[in-house]
Amino acid sequence: MTMAEGELARAEIAFVRGAYVAPLPPPPGTTGAIGWMRANLFSSVFNSILTVVMLVFVVWLGVEIVNFLIRDAVWTGADRAACIVSPEHPRVGACWPFVWERLNYFIYGSYPVAERWRVDIFFAMLAVGVVWILWLDSPRRDLAAGYFFVVLPICSFVLLHGMQTIGLPIVDTSLWGGVLVTIVVAAVGIVVSLPLGILLALGRRSDMPAVRILSVIFIEFVRGVPLITVLFMASVMLPLFVPEDLSPDKLLRALIGIALFASAYMAEVVRAGLQAIPRGQYEAGNALALKYWQRMGLIILPQALRVTIPNIVNTTIGLFKDTTLVFIVGIFDLLKTIEAARIDPKWASPVTSATGYAVGAIFYWVFCYSMSRYARHMETRLSAGRERR
Amino acid sequence: MSEQTKMIQPVPADAKPIVELIGVHKWYGAFHVLRDINMTVRRGERIVIAGPSGGGKSTLIRCINAIERHQQGRIIVDGVELTSDLKSIDEVRREVGMVFQQFNLFPHLTVLENCTLAPIWVRKVPKAQAEETAMQLLKRVRIPEQANKYPGQLSGGQQQRVAIARALCMNPKVMLFDEPTSALDPEMVKEVLDTMVQLALDGTTMIVVTHEMGFARQVANRVVLMDQGQVVESNSPEEFFNNPQHERTKLFLSQILH
Repeated sequence: MTMAEGELARAEIAFVRGAYVAPLPPPPGTTGAIGWMRANLFSSVFNSILTVVMLVFVVWLGVEIVNFLIRDAVWTGADRAACIVSPEHPRVGACWPFVWERLNYFIYGSYPVAERWRVDIFFAMLAVGVVWILWLDSPRRDLAAGYFFVVLPICSFVLLHGMQTIGLPIVDTSLWGGVLVTIVVAAVGIVVSLPLGILLALGRRSDMPAVRILSVIFIEFVRGVPLITVLFMASVMLPLFVPEDLSPDKLLRALIGIALFASAYMAEVVRAGLQAIPRGQYEAGNALALKYWQRMGLIILPQALRVTIPNIVNTTIGLFKDTTLVFIVGIFDLLKTIEAARIDPKWASPVTSATGYAVGAIFYWVFCYSMSRYARHMETRLSAGRERR
Repeated sequence: MSEQTKMIQPVPADAKPIVELIGVHKWYGAFHVLRDINMTVRRGERIVIAGPSGGGKSTLIRCINAIERHQQGRIIVDGVELTSDLKSIDEVRREVGMVFQQFNLFPHLTVLENCTLAPIWVRKVPKAQAEETAMQLLKRVRIPEQANKYPGQLSGGQQQRVAIARALCMNPKVMLFDEPTSALDPEMVKEVLDTMVQLALDGTTMIVVTHEMGFARQVANRVVLMDQGQVVESNSPEEFFNNPQHERTKLFLSQILH
């Protein structure tokens, strides 16, 4: 083999660069708005058709909703006469005067008018607590949990239920209603179910057989029963076993039912998070001589809850909407007050029901969407420390 | 005397034993993973445990701080015997530091918080003092400038050095290393080994499971070969590498040394 042949053979095996190649810009039409649309909306004939069809549908739906809620809506009036089709109003949209008139009923239910300031204070205190605990940069956040889980529940009970000794007359819970009841039921459900769910999840993974079996039985029993059944049992069956005068208040019974129900679901969500934590984290905690509750509280739960935030919020949103089921046992939550108001003969018209339900839909959507947005924000923020992992 | 020429000190013959294993057995189900292990490690000694995968090396050192439980025999660490009593386990773990193959840093805490967590919660050291100690140890592993970063922002070699500092923060009497360089990129191995050599020079008692035979030659007082759950050979590095007694050791060395 000659020298030249040897060179040739080497060249065929591998090409060796003499210098590094400088980076080049991407080909045109693959980046920016046009590139994005090409890749996501018009990547094939079928996708292009889908895009156009969906666009038409969304525009049609949007126009219809705006027409009903704003363009054709009735804004003033004293009774049903304003909201029925007449020569002056050939098209009638939402009947807003009905909502204005019944707004206080939607918010407070039958809570005595003279005492409604107490509910307003409760709403304000709750809002402060929610902002304090959810806004990660708020001042003195170390006190927020104490306020939210101890001060707020006690104050809320005293305010809403009343306390004769300090001059607040008792307001029976059968008078509570509307947004007040929806918020109370959801807040109690969330505030109780998260800590209880965490304990149940830890219990289910415990080394102690008794704790584990009790947790499993509770979780699987509750998850195997529909919420409506739990509510019926709480409101109908409990009085059969407990003497009349010892039987707790109707709202309280529903609250306990919902809180226990939500805890079982929360427990499964948290358990999934616990299982996502690598075994090495437990071992490192062990090797550093941390005790069980220190390992859980300092190492495992902060990470497990972080990966679980989307699911916790998902469960919370579900719980928030499930609270509407309490109307089945005769508790006047927001949906039930709308339901009661829409059949009022004073406002009976073809659009009254639709208007009432639209109010409910907007209320639930605003709350649930806010929760969902907050969860996204938290995920982004908390993932900062996990980049490049 | 410069760092390079500083010599590994021999261990005095009367140094007190710090880890004693007497007739230790362990099974995973029916699989007999540790078979009658007898071993004494004296204060200041540096033991390297080598051997083929599945030979029980990791299991052995994980039994020393009860991350794995042995089923027969006795393990005594600094005079405390590991029993089913949780107090004995806690007591042993407080005095034994461990470095894992996968680092196992806490990803949600900064480097500094990783290092101060156990001193604050287990040793009840005041926060300021724990942070001061942690900074000194981070300087010793040569990454004090990373103290406020999260583990995910560091390279593998840096993470492993943080893990070493975290274990040292508890001021342990023994350091266990479970294949500390096996999960590292080739370019990161040296920085971790250098840190470990430094610890050895400072007289730290170390039990190291590793395949880094250069490290074993350089710092070990004794090299132990484990195969099929038993100690096959235990000797000084010179004897171990130059004059292996057991056939299994000769085979092992012929496979890894070229």
